[in-house]
Amino acid sequence: MSAIPMKDGLNETRQGSTGPVSFYDLDEHEHPDGGSTMLGFWMYLMSDCLIFAVLFAAYAVLGNSYAGGPSPKEIFELPLVAVNTAMLLFSSITYGFAMLSMEEGRQRVMQMWLVFTGLFGLAFLSIEMYEFATLIHEGAGPTRSAFLSSFFTLVGTHGLHVTMGLIWLVTLMVQVQKHGLIAANKRRLMCLSMFWHFLDVIWIGVFTFVYLMGTLR
Amino acid sequence: MTVVTQLSRTKISARKWLVAMPLALLTSGCDWVVMSPSGDIAVQQRDLVLISTGLMLLIIVPVIFLTLFFAFRYRQSNKAAKYEPNWDHSVGLELLIWGVPLLIIIALGALTWTSTHLLDPYRPLGRIKPDTPTLANNVPVGNLVDKQQVGNGANGAGKPLEVQVVALDWKWLFIYPEYGIATVNELAAPVDRPIRFSMTSSSVMNAFYIPALAGMIYTMPGMQTTLNAVINKPGNYEGFSSNYSGAGFSGMRFRFHGVSDAGFDAWINQVKQRGGGLNRASYLQLEKPSEKVPVRYYNAVEPDMFKLVVEQCVQPGKVCMSQMMHGGKGGGDSHAGMAMPGVNGGKGPQDSSERVEGALMKDADQKGSGKHWTAPADIKRDGANSAPGSDANRNHTMLTPSTKPGTRPVANG
Amino acid sequence: MNDTLLKTIFGRLTLESLPLHEPIVVATFAMVAIGGAGLVAALTYFKVWGYLWNQWFTSVDHKKIGIMYIILAIVMLLRGFSDAIMMRAQQAMAFNGSEGYLTAHHYDQVFTAHGVIMIFFVAMPLVTGLMNYVVPLQIGARDVSFPFLNNFSFWMTAAGAVIVMMSLFIGEFARTGWLAMPPLSGLAYSPDVGVDYYIWALQIAGIGTLLSGVNLVATIVKMRAPGMTMMKMPIFTWTSLCTNILIVAAFPVLTAVLAMLSLDRYIGTAFFTNDSGGNPMMYVNLIWIWGHPEVYILVLPAFGIFSEVTSTFSGKRLFGYSSMVYATLVITILAYLVWLHHFFTMGSGASVNSFFGITTMIISIPTGAKIFNWLFTMYKGRIRFELPMMWTIAFMVTFTIGGMTGVLLAVPPADFVLHNSLFLVAHFHNVIIGGTLFGMFAGINYWFPKAFGFKLNETWGKISFWCWVVGFYFAFMPLYVLGLMGVTRRMRYFDDPNLQIWFVIAAFGAALIAAGIGAFLMQIFVSIRNREKLADLTGDPWNGRTLEWATSSPPPDYNFAFTPIVHDLDAWYDMKERKAVRPVSGFKSIHMPSGTGTGVVLAGLSVAFGFAMIWYIWWLAGLTLVGIFATTIFHTFNYKRDFHIPVEDVIASEDARTRQLATQGA
Repeated sequence: MSAIPMKDGLNETRQGSTGPVSFYDLDEHEHPDGGSTMLGFWMYLMSDCLIFAVLFAAYAVLGNSYAGGPSPKEIFELPLVAVNTAMLLFSSITYGFAMLSMEEGRQRVMQMWLVFTGLFGLAFLSIEMYEFATLIHEGAGPTRSAFLSSFFTLVGTHGLHVTMGLIWLVTLMVQVQKHGLIAANKRRLMCLSMFWHFLDVIWIGVFTFVYLMGTLR
Repeated sequence: MTVVTQLSRTKISARKWLVAMPLALLTSGCDWVVMSPSGDIAVQQRDLVLISTGLMLLIIVPVIFLTLFFAFRYRQSNKAAKYEPNWDHSVGLELLIWGVPLLIIIALGALTWTSTHLLDPYRPLGRIKPDTPTLANNVPVGNLVDKQQVGNGANGAGKPLEVQVVALDWKWLFIYPEYGIATVNELAAPVDRPIRFSMTSSSVMNAFYIPALAGMIYTMPGMQTTLNAVINKPGNYEGFSSNYSGAGFSGMRFRFHGVSDAGFDAWINQVKQRGGGLNRASYLQLEKPSEKVPVRYYNAVEPDMFKLVVEQCVQPGKVCMSQMMHGGKGGGDSHAGMAMPGVNGGKGPQDSSERVEGALMKDADQKGSGKHWTAPADIKRDGANSAPGSDANRNHTMLTPSTKPGTRPVANG
Repeated sequence: MNDTLLKTIFGRLTLESLPLHEPIVVATFAMVAIGGAGLVAALTYFKVWGYLWNQWFTSVDHKKIGIMYIILAIVMLLRGFSDAIMMRAQQAMAFNGSEGYLTAHHYDQVFTAHGVIMIFFVAMPLVTGLMNYVVPLQIGARDVSFPFLNNFSFWMTAAGAVIVMMSLFIGEFARTGWLAMPPLSGLAYSPDVGVDYYIWALQIAGIGTLLSGVNLVATIVKMRAPGMTMMKMPIFTWTSLCTNILIVAAFPVLTAVLAMLSLDRYIGTAFFTNDSGGNPMMYVNLIWIWGHPEVYILVLPAFGIFSEVTSTFSGKRLFGYSSMVYATLVITILAYLVWLHHFFTMGSGASVNSFFGITTMIISIPTGAKIFNWLFTMYKGRIRFELPMMWTIAFMVTFTIGGMTGVLLAVPPADFVLHNSLFLVAHFHNVIIGGTLFGMFAGINYWFPKAFGFKLNETWGKISFWCWVVGFYFAFMPLYVLGLMGVTRRMRYFDDPNLQIWFVIAAFGAALIAAGIGAFLMQIFVSIRNREKLADLTGDPWNGRTLEWATSSPPPDYNFAFTPIVHDLDAWYDMKERKAVRPVSGFKSIHMPSGTGTGVVLAGLSVAFGFAMIWYIWWLAGLTLVGIFATTIFHTFNYKRDFHIPVEDVIASEDARTRQLATQGA
């Protein structure tokens, strides 16, 4: 006889039971699709977060290794980065509006907000690419020093994620246009929403630890 | 230890093996160098191995015994044994099976904490052997630096013997700064005098290990590690790299001589008489990859050679690491660091010829050829490694085979 | 054609990249090619391509994917073990001035490939395969949470294996040791293709591993049968859950650190270089932050298997279920706090070293508790010495020794004399073979009848068992001794003739293990031939305790016609005890995911992409990358990813099952 107490209400009498204990779910309802999607996607995001954690750690370790090259103070242009940050934050807000419209079932409005999101994202990427191009032109490219390697990799990986997000956004907009706001599309929009806000959070980390603290140091 | 070397020099033929095998297995306990070392640090490490093993056997032996006993006792055919299919819990047993390992780990943890601090390779020695503190005369135990001032033995001159170790590909350079000499693949130290090794590496990671003397410590490029040790018995010991470092790794061995004070003086004199000079140029020559290098002596070593190696600026014109850091931080004006003298216009590392270009940056004809290297390379076909700037010159995972059959391959240099 | 054009088209791939000068490799290649061509011809002749493609390659059925993982692992085991035999032979003969038969650049590839293959392409697929097969059945689910991802994960793992195998014939593999530590693995010291093969094989396979980890965690969290609370989950499911959490939390670190290494090699960044401020020690730290949890990823599922097997074959409830669960959780968490014990000798301070030493020792407490729990499960049981149980007892004895030497290595000053020695090599083989591999053999013997409907032959199984166990002791006990004699790992030749005898004994052990592997293959072959005689029609050949034994062997595509309701930890045993009646009518059509070839296509494109990157064929890399994106996007436009198994089919297979059980007198 088990010493583990049976918490299950179905099971007062364990051995020699004659009571009406059911062992099979005879009246099963079909499970809706994608019941685990949110959990699964969230876990993927956490694993992605770990990649960023490693890149942050690398930056923390190498951030002082200028190898005779420039230091953060000398190369970061805070106003530009502030504008960039604003772009990304705005894109998150517009995505939020898009999700609200989705909840209300207003597909056209949602699509419009998604367009705005995409444009802000594109602006963010363009500014980032301008920044990178300037740095490389000044001779402060990723191969210059370990500090710059880790800087470019951290910020570049974030940028790569935003690029992926944009491709995904466009794909989703096409799919919504094609199939409307069906459950599968809503789920996908939710996932992208999580992804987009996640990139926001990461960027706030980048802005604080890399740019702000770099310039203040 | 002498037994070891004698045994190791005796060649046992294959036929004798069959006869000697059981005997050899029984008696070979005495040439397990880790179990019978000759330096005080290694002895303490050996003791720690034995004590920890003993502690753990307290639980390991009963477990193995019980496994076999239960397996036998409760076999299906033994109907005499009790059978309780639903018995699955017992607070007492649970406490025991968590508690006993916990107690052992507490004991082992305490042992670990103290021994790790006592045997920290950075820590100056407190004793040269059991019951003999580092002080020859009994000055009360004060701060460790004071103790070192007094020292032991005629060569002691108050301080531990300083040896600077550089792991090169694939040989060892030992610099004795007090004597202004250096050796390759041969190390000597007076018995019972503390030795302080400062270690670094020229290119890749290695580990400096003389099993009879003390445990190993990594040698790493651009970094300096330290090992304090002492040898207590005279003898000819084996030392080697114990961290894989590329193609010539297996041959990266040297002899370590534990000698008397007089013997040490004689050895120093011998090095001084037979050696040449070691300056930047000859170091750079020596640094090139080569395998199974015979012992070499240097009687005059350029001052600060070790520091230059650690800071990776032996090559003339290269900026030392400490100075580079300085340059980067200095100066309030924008981009000052990039205009450092010796720094290549901010374009890349200070020495662009040294720096390897990333694959994506290469022009098509710089890509080289990814060869299939399972077979020995053909020296004629592959053009040896002679061409300057050839990929193979930097390739530490490849040796150029010797042209003469039967001789060991030697890397370029 | 001029050289620049050639290099643009083929990158650094030249005729020299092929082993045309090496008769042994050419012969091997010819044999593989002829064998492969023969296989393809046979498959075509018997017209099974369609069957393989529809029923296996594109299948999203977790059972088939699990089996494919295990087949992949067994194939790769043969390759990895060949490397082992080559090493043992080399070390046994390279004495007295002889350099053996392997050159440095060959030998160094062999030990690197051995480590990489055994960990990533043998142990991992075995573990993932068994989890894939068993977990959904144990929790009463019809499939995993993300069936397509499951198929994709498998093919990515297979793609990694293909890339490693390619290196055997085109170019070469890394010569850096299995963790490819910089600066040695940097472009400066390893300019050849080997390290690039290493990087891309692991990155591509790593995607598969990570996604399969996410998938199984979601499955276990979300898809358990009604009534199965966390504390009623079978212990194998528990260890699988913890393993997959470890995968999700550890593999991104590997991805990131290898990405940095590849940036160093491809862009020329300075993460791990000697100059420009790079820091090779960071690589060592990061790779072990992944590497140590990896050890537990491999061994936890084995612990789960042993728990199931011990309980089943002792005919007893598992002793101390909850302490088993907590022990697993403690191990999972502590797995992240011990990484530095892999490099005490790097010269961290004494306090740091002893901290990590002590955390390592603490892991031995829950592990010890597990061993005791198995012991007391056997206590007062009725032990049947079937093959799975034999493996378990061999494990308990062997693993205990390995655990002891492990704790010994966790004492930093003791590690100073034993680190990187053959003692260390003996230790980790002792726990990986004695733990993971024995566990996998127990698991394969245990669940084989579930997967195929017939038991494995016992005679050959016993031969395999004894060859493995005895061979293991012969192969690795001498290495402990050699470690105590101060012999370092990865040596190609030796000076001291006294050592040779130990290497000869070890080589003998390796030969015994080879016989063990042979006997294992023989066991499978003989069992397939005698499948009628070995057939198990009950679906429950071992008097099992968990839900996977509640269905037929092999289970139908939908696993359970009606989802079981769980009342007890040993759900199936409880159902048998209380004479639960299997419903024989009232079936419904069952909603199932449909197969897709996207996984195969993506994996194929990934192989091409990896190959292009390795060989610097930039145009192909760009093209395949675009292809990968296009395929992925195309795949998302497919909204019809499921179908219903018609009720008639369900009735037909369930009726067949009813008749089958009736013949058994059940």
